[in-house]
Amino acid sequence: MSKRSVLLWLCMAWVLVGFGSIRIAWAEEKEIGIGSKSFTESVVLGEVLSHLVRNTGARIEHRAELGGTQILWQALQTGEIDAYVDYTGTIREEILADAIRQGTKIESENEMRSALALKKVVMSERIGFNNTYALGMKRSVAERLSIRKISDLRNHPQLELGLSDEFFERKDGWRPLKEKYSLPQTQIKVMDHNLAYRGLEKDSIAVTDLYTTDPEIQYYDLVALEDDLGFFPVYYAVVLMRQDLATRAPKAAEAILKIQGLISPEAMSAMSAQVRLDRRPETVVAGEFLNKQLNLSLPLPQEGPWASLSKGVQRILSTTGEHLFLVLVSLGLAILTAIPLGIIAAGNETIGQTVLGIVGVIQTLPSMALLVFMMPLFALFDMGIGPAPAIMALFLYSLLPIVRGTYSGLKQIPAAIRESAEVLGLDAKARLKLVELPLALPSILSGVKTAAVINVGTATIGALIGAGGYGSPILTGIRLNDLGLILQGAVPAALMALAVQYGFALLEKRIVSPGLLGT
Amino acid sequence: MFEIEGVSKSFGDQTVLHETSVAFEPGKSTVLIGPSGCGKSTLLRILAGLLAPDTGRVLFEGVEMTPGNRIPMRHRIGYVIQDGGLFPHLTSAQNVGLMAKHLQWPADRIRNRIEELAELTRLPRPALDRYPTQISGGQRQRVGIMRALMLDPPVMLLDEPMGALDPLVRYDLQEDLLKIFRTLKKTAITVTHDMGEAGFFGDHIIMLGQGRIVQQGKLEQMILHPANAFVTQFVNAQRFPTLNPPKEPS
Repeated sequence: MSKRSVLLWLCMAWVLVGFGSIRIAWAEEKEIGIGSKSFTESVVLGEVLSHLVRNTGARIEHRAELGGTQILWQALQTGEIDAYVDYTGTIREEILADAIRQGTKIESENEMRSALALKKVVMSERIGFNNTYALGMKRSVAERLSIRKISDLRNHPQLELGLSDEFFERKDGWRPLKEKYSLPQTQIKVMDHNLAYRGLEKDSIAVTDLYTTDPEIQYYDLVALEDDLGFFPVYYAVVLMRQDLATRAPKAAEAILKIQGLISPEAMSAMSAQVRLDRRPETVVAGEFLNKQLNLSLPLPQEGPWASLSKGVQRILSTTGEHLFLVLVSLGLAILTAIPLGIIAAGNETIGQTVLGIVGVIQTLPSMALLVFMMPLFALFDMGIGPAPAIMALFLYSLLPIVRGTYSGLKQIPAAIRESAEVLGLDAKARLKLVELPLALPSILSGVKTAAVINVGTATIGALIGAGGYGSPILTGIRLNDLGLILQGAVPAALMALAVQYGFALLEKRIVSPGLLGT
Repeated sequence: MFEIEGVSKSFGDQTVLHETSVAFEPGKSTVLIGPSGCGKSTLLRILAGLLAPDTGRVLFEGVEMTPGNRIPMRHRIGYVIQDGGLFPHLTSAQNVGLMAKHLQWPADRIRNRIEELAELTRLPRPALDRYPTQISGGQRQRVGIMRALMLDPPVMLLDEPMGALDPLVRYDLQEDLLKIFRTLKKTAITVTHDMGEAGFFGDHIIMLGQGRIVQQGKLEQMILHPANAFVTQFVNAQRFPTLNPPKEPS
C-alpha cells in the first residue's frame, strides 16, 4: 500500500473512532437523561429534576440549553432524554399540532394526556405555575402613553416591537395575535428574548413578548399588558416523561413526579431572579429550593470566586476540546469527500455543474433547519443529540469551499501544461497525482482554509443540540446577560480562527512547491 | 518510422486538414511550414496523439496509434512546445526526470542522464535546481528539450520551439538543436512559420496551405521552382535587415 493510501485509511479510522467514542461515552455515562430548553426557567427546572433523580442514587445527565421544543421533543422520543419540563400551551400548539389537524379534539389537560400517551409519553400534573406569554413595556413608557391593555396598542402604530424569534414564528404567536387585536405596528425586530430586555431598557424597542414568570419584569420595572381579548393560551408547566422510565427506573420516575404541585409562581420567579440577577448557579438555586421545600440535604457545589474561576478554566478547556473535535472531524470528513468530488467535477462539465449546484444549495440551508432535519436521522443510531448531527451539518457546510477550490484549481491549469503531461506519456492517474493536484494545491488549500475558518465560527451552533463547544458559554452568556461568559466563548473562537489561518499559512509554505509561490 | 494515411480533421464545419498522407523519413529532419491556420500544428498534434483524426490513421513504427497503445508509444516520442511547457511546481531537473522517475528508473541513472542532457543542450548547471519562473526563456526551452530527450526517444516533435525567444538566443539554440538532431540521428518533425529556420533545420520541408500540402522538398526547390503563387508569396514574405528602410509617407 502506498504512503498516501495508508494516510487516507488512518484518517478514516480516526473519524470512525471519533464517532464510536462519542457513542460509547454516552452509553456509559447516561443512565437517566434530563433535558432543558435554552432559557433560565427551563434550566432551573432541569436542575430541580436532576437533583430529585440523583437523590435516588441514579446516574443522570442534564443536557441543558437545547435549542427549542422540536429538539427536546425528538430527543425525548428517541430516548436520549427521559424527561423535561414543557408547558401545556406549547404541548397543544407545537407537539400535538398534527394530532389536532387530524381531527382529534385536544383541549383539556386530560385530553392532552391521552394524546401524549399514544406517543408513549407521560404528562405529569401541573408543577404549580402558569408561565404564559404577555406583551410587556417599561412601566414609565406605558403610563406616559396610557397603555394598559393589548388593545390600547392600536392607538400607537409607531411603536417599535422587539419579538423573540420563537414568538414571532409560533403558530400561537405574533401573527394571530396581530390579527385578533388588529394591531397596526409594522416596525418589528426579531431578536433574542434576553436581548429584548436590554432593548426595552435602552428604549430601542418599546414592546416585547415576555413570560409572566420572568424575574426581569420586577428588575426592569416592566408591566405586562392585560390580554383583554383572552388571546394567549395558558402555559402550565408540566413534566413530559417517557412511559418506559416507570419500568426501567421506577424510583427515578417516582422522584421526577415529586415536582408536581411543588413550585408556586412566586417561587419560580424568585429562583429565576437568583440565577439571572444574582448570577448564582442554577444547580445551587434548585438544590437550595429543594432542601428547604422537601427537607432534603442535597450536597451543593461550592460558590465563590475560586470556585467560579476554576469552573471557568475547566469550561474553557472542555469547550476547546469539544469545539476542536467538531471542527476537526467535520473538516477531515469534508476533505476526504470534497477533493474527490472536485476532481470529478473538473473532469466533466455536466457532472461538475450539478455537483457545484448541489453543494451550493446545501450552503444556503439555515443551520437550525439542517440540525432539526439531521436529528431524526442520527437518532436511528442513538446519536440524535450531541456532536454527531452537528458534525454532519458542519461537514455539509464545508463541502462547497473545498469542492470549489479543487474544481477551480484544476480548471485553471493551462492547456499547454496539461498536454505536456499527457504527451510525456503519463497515464491519467499519474497526471493527476504528479502534475494536476500539485498545481491545484494552492487553490485546494485556500478552499480548505475557508472551510476551516467558517467551521470554527459555525461550530458554535453545536451548543443548540448539546454538542458543546464555544457555543455553550455564548448561549448561557446571552441567557444570563453575562458578557464575561459570552467572551469566554467568543474570544477563544476568534483565537482559534486566527490559529487556523496561521496554521494554514505554515502548511502552505511546507507543502506547496516554491515554484508556485513566486520568488 | 512515422506515417499518416488519409488523415483529415475538422472543427465544427471548418476543415482544418484535408485528407493527407505523408511518410516521415527515419533519421531525417522534416519541417512543417505554412501560415497560421494552414493545418501544420493540427497535423503535429495528431502525430502526438493529442487530437484524434476524423479519417485515416497514424502509424508509428508500423503500428496504428490507438487510445490503447498511445501511452507506451509516447515514451518513444519527444514533444517540445513553445516556451517549454514546463511544470511550474517542479525544478528543471525534476521536470526532466519526472517520467523516468515514474517509470522507476534508479536515482543515479536518472541523475547521470540529466547531467548528460545538460551537457548536450548546454544548460548551465545551476539552472537545474531552479524552478521554471526562475530561469530565462532560452533556458526554459533547453529544459523542455532535455525533458523530451530524457527517455532517448527515436522521434522528436517540436511545435514552434523557438517561438518565444529573442533572435540571439534563438540563433544559438537553433545551432545546438541541429547538432543534437545530427549527432543523435533523431527523426525530427518541427513546426515553424519561419522560412529561414525551415531551411536551416529541414532535410525535407513540407509546406501547407489551407489544410493541404502545397509543395514538399528542399528549400531551394521552393525558391527556384515554386509549385504555385502561394509558395512564391510565402517564400518572399520574409524580411531581412536592409539599409533601405521604407520611405516615410510625405
